[in-house]
Amino acid sequence: MIEPILLTLKLAGLTTLILMVLGTPLAWWLARSQAWWKEAIGAIVALPLVLPPTVLGFYLLIALGPNSPLGQLAISIFGHSLPFSFTGLVIGSVIYSLPFVVQPVRNAFEAMGHKPLEAAATLRASPLDSFFNVALPLARPGLLTGAVLGFAHTVGEFGVVLMIGGNIPGKTKVLSIAIYDHVESLEWTQAHILSAGMLVFSFCVILIMMVSEKRMRKRR
Amino acid sequence: MKYIFIFLISLLVSAPVYAQAVHVAVAANFSVPLKEIAQAFQVKTGHEALVSVGSTGKLYTQIANGAPFDVFLAADQKRPRLAEEKGLAVMGSRFTYAMGKLALYPASSPDVLTQGDLVRLAVANPKTAPYGQAAVETLQSLKLYVPLKDKLVYGENIAQTYQFVATQNVDVGFVALSQVVDKPDKWIVPAHYYQPIAQDCVLVKDSPAARAFVDFLKGETARAIITRYGYGG
Repeated sequence: MIEPILLTLKLAGLTTLILMVLGTPLAWWLARSQAWWKEAIGAIVALPLVLPPTVLGFYLLIALGPNSPLGQLAISIFGHSLPFSFTGLVIGSVIYSLPFVVQPVRNAFEAMGHKPLEAAATLRASPLDSFFNVALPLARPGLLTGAVLGFAHTVGEFGVVLMIGGNIPGKTKVLSIAIYDHVESLEWTQAHILSAGMLVFSFCVILIMMVSEKRMRKRR
Repeated sequence: MKYIFIFLISLLVSAPVYAQAVHVAVAANFSVPLKEIAQAFQVKTGHEALVSVGSTGKLYTQIANGAPFDVFLAADQKRPRLAEEKGLAVMGSRFTYAMGKLALYPASSPDVLTQGDLVRLAVANPKTAPYGQAAVETLQSLKLYVPLKDKLVYGENIAQTYQFVATQNVDVGFVALSQVVDKPDKWIVPAHYYQPIAQDCVLVKDSPAARAFVDFLKGETARAIITRYGYGG
């Protein structure tokens, strides 16, 4: 019973890390850019909020399959096609949880306005310098919210994994799939234990996030 | 014009009086033949059969929690028996409607399983899907289960298993013969490699329309469709 839990934590941790690295610059660009087409990019980022995970899973299965150009590319890089592998799940999760990281971070960047950065520029800080030493520290509540939401949302992922995972123990059989499996096999005791664990975990995540966000706001 | 109008009104008025809807829960392997049977059933009796497809395990869980199904067509005997024992279904209504057969697809012989370039092999989840159980038994009979264990990919039910093969995300898969009955490149697994897949049906909620459906399923028209899809009698 411990294997799916560890696998889920590994998946969520790795996904969150990748999302913070990719999502923060993207959120910065969305918050600052004057490009007329930036909202189109914003809409694409937000798509997983609206799309059923089955649509995402279906397209990923087709797009990453061994006969597609992307699938061919993946085979030449990883030696195997991506569906039914842990790498495939990470890619699916990054797409699926992207808006949950980008949106709060973007909001935080937008909320700070132009003034702190203008002040930094008059003090001759380079754009990179002011990004790391002014913008990022100011956006800390948003970054925290993004990381927690990205992590929690990946833990709660089900539809995409069901479609591209293949239920392989130790590789793609994450917590939500394990629970589904137990319910279908009439093993309700195990299903109860894991489900109750998820419930407590989710409650704690949301509570911690709300409390710490409030504290950070106060401190400022 | 007036007569057409009267005719349409009479349709509206008369149809609901006689026709009833029968909710049928069916295991994924039997969904295609069932749709054909449902059509023939409607033509003959006027009752409409509403079909819900899933894995046997999931459908049973749903029935145990009050899903509004009238008839349950499982892919095994265990769940219909359990449904009767737990008072979820009409006692004594259980019967075997089909004997399932397993096929390896796309393949002409089991040799594909021992070829070096086999990367992934799809089976249905052996814990929840009887065809998955049969696939594992077949691999064990062929003494290939242990060597191939790490190449197995599990479909949530037999329909997803087939979909993994159809999208070419796996090389081959053990599927229900009914899914590939019109495909030439399949290996029909000999019956002695696995325990027979006796598929039972049980009446969940008693109603004249549900009874009519069960009777229709036992009748000649349905039998012919079932045989045509490669099931044993």
